[in-house]
Amino acid sequence: MASVLASDGVYLRDTVRTAVKLLVVGPFAIGKTTFVGTLSEIRPLRTEETMTEAGALVDDLAGVNGKSTTTVALDFGRLTLTDELVLYLFGAPGQKRFTQIWKDIAFGALGALVLADTRRLEQSFEVMGLLEELGIPYAVAVNAFDGAPAFPGAEVRDALDLLPETPLVFCDARDVTSSTQALITLVEYLSTRNQENA
Amino acid sequence: MRLRGLVRPYVVTGGRAHASRNTLDAVTVVIATREQVAGLSPEKKRLMELCRGGALSVAEIAAHLSLPISVTKVLLSDLVDSGHIATHAAVSHAARPDMKLLKDVLDGLRARL
Repeated sequence: MASVLASDGVYLRDTVRTAVKLLVVGPFAIGKTTFVGTLSEIRPLRTEETMTEAGALVDDLAGVNGKSTTTVALDFGRLTLTDELVLYLFGAPGQKRFTQIWKDIAFGALGALVLADTRRLEQSFEVMGLLEELGIPYAVAVNAFDGAPAFPGAEVRDALDLLPETPLVFCDARDVTSSTQALITLVEYLSTRNQENA
Repeated sequence: MRLRGLVRPYVVTGGRAHASRNTLDAVTVVIATREQVAGLSPEKKRLMELCRGGALSVAEIAAHLSLPISVTKVLLSDLVDSGHIATHAAVSHAARPDMKLLKDVLDGLRARL
């Protein structure tokens, strides 16, 4: 298996010494996997985590003592930035009930890009709240869906109740340049924030 | 599952600092450091076979082996202890990442445009 993978460029360069991660988050079917796939140099990978969650409205008969087991899929991709530095992008589900998985995957993340859709902006609130609770800085990227109404940035900011400093960008998760630009906006914000807090 | 003692022995391997699964993150970079796999469980042999091809992150190993990241971390933790693999720590989990790192990430992204 290893030799097949090697010919695929699956392995990291031998010189890589530092790996960082950014999260790409948002509600169901918002384009997280598309975004990761657009930017990743490898075929995006998927891992599944099984977790026990406090079951409120679950119809799983396997649930014991009000708990149920859920499988959460995480899609991720990789961008080698320099000979020594590699960036991983993790698409993470936006639901609060996955908090346990969130804590694992968010640990050590530099920041997060929250994807939003103008037709259902309110669905991004939950994940924004979760990021704030975990203290993970984020920028918001409105993903351009065909047929979704275009609103001026100010209106979207209002609707999302963004802090003045939180960056808002419009992007197309299918487009490399547009998606790269969204990440650049996020990392610029992280740098500025870092400088101000220094 | 094999039985373990109550206290997990942390072994110092090849001049490296103490290894425990707590040091493993999804993006910790893993490298095989030993060819010999005799005595390892089948899952660990599969893992070593994969890692011998080159460096990979914990998450990539998990995905290629179709294992959850949490299980992969446990296997890797044992393999660090037994000296079969070494790791490059993921970025430090200090409250604030350092400016140089953020600048490198930014420069790397800009260079892709």
